[in-house]
Parts: sequence; structure tokens; C-alpha cells
Amino acid sequence: MFRQTSRLLARTTGAATSRRSRAFSTDVPATPAQDSNFIESWKKVIPNIDPPKTPSSFMTPRPATPASIPSKITVNFVLPYASELSAKEVDMVIVPATTGQMGVLPGHVPTIAELKPGVLSVHEGNDVTKYFLSSGFALIHANSVADIVAVEAVPLDHIDPALVQKGLAEFTQKLGSATTDLEKAEAQIGVDVHSAMNSAITG
Amino acid sequence: MASNAAVPFWRTAGMTYITYSNICANLVRNCLKEPYKTEALSREKVHFSISKWTNGKPEKPTIRSDSSEE
Repeated sequence: MFRQTSRLLARTTGAATSRRSRAFSTDVPATPAQDSNFIESWKKVIPNIDPPKTPSSFMTPRPATPASIPSKITVNFVLPYASELSAKEVDMVIVPATTGQMGVLPGHVPTIAELKPGVLSVHEGNDVTKYFLSSGFALIHANSVADIVAVEAVPLDHIDPALVQKGLAEFTQKLGSATTDLEKAEAQIGVDVHSAMNSAITG
Repeated sequence: MASNAAVPFWRTAGMTYITYSNICANLVRNCLKEPYKTEALSREKVHFSISKWTNGKPEKPTIRSDSSEE
């Protein structure tokens, strides 16, 4: 029954509302028009029960784009066991997104990027701090706050080159001899991660 | 519209994102230099006891000390 309500409402607002007793198009504010129509018609039919909430009313509004571009981005870089950087103001971060190395400057368009194993570099003045991330996500908000979450992140000098070479050789060999899809996928992941680590320590 | 988005190879092989992410993290941890490696592996160790229940009663618990490989 209530599914029809919005359909009837849409027809009413479309037609010549001045002749009808209920002039919705003049009563409702500009936004959110749909919700107000529904709430009004709900109240007319069931005045005693509160109207149901829609999913968008539960969401906190996303941070708004500020009028002028801030001079620095605020980075929150977190791991499951530690908070590496917490609200640190920096000039630029380069994140290893699956679509390639992505540079984030203040005023960057809001983005959600999935990260691939690679190097995250944080640029503050002349200092560059690099971390190797295993995988994760980077969420960039309109107010130039970047949240980077990763499962494992290590500074580049914590990586042992000999183990990386050994792992790369082992997984390349496994990739060649893999039979099932799952084995192939695991071997491919191994090759990807080790070659990323390799280029991180040598690059 | 053949497919909605480029599906990563691990997804087509039946792996979920969490499994993929955990495998990547394990591989990175295994390639660390010595003091960091033992630290990282000990951080990820889990130690728990499991008991199966039958007829509303727990049976004898077993203790499992798993490191993070699956």
C-alpha cells in the first residue's frame, strides 16, 4: 500500500497542483524533496507511528570541500597493531594504488583507492619517509584528510634482500608448476609481492 | 556490459580480499631482517583452546598454537 504512495505523490506533484487541496510542490522545501513528500503522506495516513528512517539519514555527512585549498594534507596512517602516523600534516603522499602510484596533494578529489603491495612515500618539506605496504586502502576526503590503512607496513631498510630473492625464485618456480586455479593465484600473489619488494629496495 | 569491473585474478580463483591481504602480509613478514622478523611473527601468533560441544556438554579442550599461516 505504501509503495503506491510515492507513485501517487509523483503523479500529484507533476500535475496542476494548484487545483488540488494538497499542494506538495509548494509545501516541501527544496531538499530533500523525496523524504518530505513521503513523510507528509505517511503522517496523513498513519499519524501515530513515526515515519521509517531511510539509509541516508543514518549516514554522517561526508566532509565538505573547503572554500580554499589547504596548504597541507593531514595523514592518518594506521596498521592493525599500531598507528604509524596520526593526523600528521605533510605536503604530499604517494600511495601505491592498484591503478599505479598515485600522488595526493592538498585539495585532492575525494577518492577511495585499493592499494597493491608497494611503497608509500610521505613528503614533508625535504624529508621523504618510505614504507613498504603489503596491501590496504587509501581514503582521501574532501577536506584534505587522507586515511591510509594497511595490514603490514615496514620501513624499507627492514627488508632483507636475500630473503626477497629467495622468495621470488621460489614463487616463480611455483607459478610454473601450479595446477589448480588457487595454487596459481597464490603463486602469482607471491611473485607480485616479492617483485614489488625487490623494486622497492633496489629502486 | 560484459562485466562490471576488472576482476582481480585472485577473485576469479575463488579467493576473498581478506585471504589475499593476509597472504600478502605474511609474505612481507617472512622477508624481514632478523629482529623485526621474530617480532612480527610473534605478534601474529595465536594461541587458543578449542572444545567441541556435544549434547550440551563440552568435551575435553584442545590447545592450538597456530602461527598465522593458514
